[in-house]
Amino acid sequence: MSASEIFSMTIMQGFAGMSLFSVLLLMALGLAIIFGQMGVINMAHGEFMALGAYTVYMLSLVAEKFGFIATYFPLALLVAFVVTFIVGYGLEVILIRHLYRRPLDTLLATWGVSLIMQQIFRQAFGAREVSPILPEWLSGSLHLSETIEIPASGVFVLALSGLATGLVAIMLYRSSWGLTVRATMQNRVIAGAVGINTAKVDRMSFAFGCGLAGVAGAAFTTIGSTGPTSGSLYIVDTFLVVVFGGAASLFGTLASAFTIGQGQSALEFFMTGSMAKVITLVSVVVILMLRPEGLFHIKVRR
Amino acid sequence: MASLGKWFSNTAKKVPGDWLSIVGLALVILVVFPLLLDAFRLNLMGKYLTFGFVAVGLVLCWGYGGILSLGQGVFFGLGGYCMAMFLKLEASDPISTAKQSTPGIPDFMDWNQVTALPWFWEPFHSFSFTLLATIVIPVALAWVIGAAMFKRRVGGVYFAIITQAIAMILTVLIIGQQGMIGGINGITDLKTIHGWDIRTESAKYILYFVNALLLIGAVVLSRQVLKSRLGLLLVAMRDREDRVRFTGYDVANIKIFVFCFGAMLAAVGGAMFTLQVGFMSPSFVGIVPSIEMVIFAAVGGRMSLVGAVYGAIVVNAAKTSLSETMPDFWLYTMGALFIIVVMFAPEGLAGLVKTPQVWRERWQQLRRKLPFDALKPAAPSSNKAEATR
Repeated sequence: MSASEIFSMTIMQGFAGMSLFSVLLLMALGLAIIFGQMGVINMAHGEFMALGAYTVYMLSLVAEKFGFIATYFPLALLVAFVVTFIVGYGLEVILIRHLYRRPLDTLLATWGVSLIMQQIFRQAFGAREVSPILPEWLSGSLHLSETIEIPASGVFVLALSGLATGLVAIMLYRSSWGLTVRATMQNRVIAGAVGINTAKVDRMSFAFGCGLAGVAGAAFTTIGSTGPTSGSLYIVDTFLVVVFGGAASLFGTLASAFTIGQGQSALEFFMTGSMAKVITLVSVVVILMLRPEGLFHIKVRR
Repeated sequence: MASLGKWFSNTAKKVPGDWLSIVGLALVILVVFPLLLDAFRLNLMGKYLTFGFVAVGLVLCWGYGGILSLGQGVFFGLGGYCMAMFLKLEASDPISTAKQSTPGIPDFMDWNQVTALPWFWEPFHSFSFTLLATIVIPVALAWVIGAAMFKRRVGGVYFAIITQAIAMILTVLIIGQQGMIGGINGITDLKTIHGWDIRTESAKYILYFVNALLLIGAVVLSRQVLKSRLGLLLVAMRDREDRVRFTGYDVANIKIFVFCFGAMLAAVGGAMFTLQVGFMSPSFVGIVPSIEMVIFAAVGGRMSLVGAVYGAIVVNAAKTSLSETMPDFWLYTMGALFIIVVMFAPEGLAGLVKTPQVWRERWQQLRRKLPFDALKPAAPSSNKAEATR
């Protein structure tokens, strides 16, 4: 094996890690708000991702009929956000707001929600996995050199997760809305006393987190197919990313998604996928046992 | 030993699941079910009762201790796998596996080109080691998890998520190791214990009664734990952890004990499951079965030992009948169960049974406030209640 071959393999391997990183990051963003900021355990988060993915699938059918396949995808991302935002808003009003003081019960109730959503998907779209028709610019691959070839969809997801992270960071730390969210999460009573409508903040943050899950689900349709149980496959990884990074820290989520993504894909190079996953998860769990507050911890008065 | 006795000394505190309801449960599972159900249904009921062990353990951990473990399937599975490994070794003696390319090892190893028995299988030739391992391995794992987490004051939802991750890790590990531990199919075709065929109808009856008696024993033992000083501390810790700590108790040790106790019960259930059903597979280890075990306890009543057993029976029976008749409908029912129990019936079935009593108490409270009672001197009990407040 020549040096250039090793070089291009390293690049492609690194990109595989970056791809997994962007997937994890995009999944974890919504949860970083819902769980990291609000402290709500939403076990149905994966199903919101599936909902976003199914929305894209539906739109691709419409787009095929009216012939605008080349341009529908950005629109589909937006629609996926809006749909999951609305469903998340409804869920908060009906269920979540009654359970803020009972986190363990929230966990169980949202697990019930996830079961119901899975069954709705199964009856609406069938048990088989579906994939939307992708525009050409998303399904090819980029040839960087003779030996280096990376999939266009991976680049797209990477760019999208970068964009989404930036957007969330600006909204949380540079906007007045973000200020009210952080104030509410740090001290609900005082936030209410200075005139913040904390119930409204809760509702909007939860819905926004769900909307981000929808965008994540929509983006994943470019790299994998969607089935009724797709969401539940990711939920534990997503929670681990947020917990590992240190809840309430957006930078922590970024760093932990990067560590887990690169670590797992590097291990996959040397051993079977399942062993790589086991070793990654065991390391994460062991590190969390030694350092329960996660990688980056923000001290918050409770 | 005197100091240990202090922990388990009876405080004569009233705990739910008093003798009457335990005797009632014993009558139902030892007399009524064997008389009413045919051999097939009774075996199925025996399977449900093995989940009752897990549910009873969860009542202690979650209902009384406030520790929600979403990884009870791990302990159930470890107990079950230990028993299954012993049975599998006995089922794969060199004579009955003579046509394999390597006789004398379990069939799935032979299919996966494994030519020698892996080292961790060797001790499971011994039945006494197996019985010991069934309890010790799960409890040791629970102790490691508990000690690592509780000593660092990790609890609540973080603990739940970590236990869930452990359930996922074990499942991925088992499924990935096709040749070593049977992979996704699990360990199947179990036949005999020391030559005693566990597949015959009479063996199934005997195993049912062994299982039922063990379960009653588990309920009685758990009741004793709850009635002891330890049980009192458990509740105190769930409600005001810092105050218990300031009183000088090591909260972590109490949590570790109760978590290990729950793991032990789950492991016994898993071993009995393997014996009665005749196989063990990763589908009883992972995230979904583990969280379903929580719903058994929640439906039965997270504060009621006896209720948890009924919860396991009711939910499993509903699952079997609904997924036979209307498979589409089952997941809706299950999902709705989670939501309804949490929102409207946090005490589950046991809470519903208790309801008349609750209403009577409320009525009496109301009557004290009514004008025609106000003229009379207040009952001494209400004075006392106000004084302690």
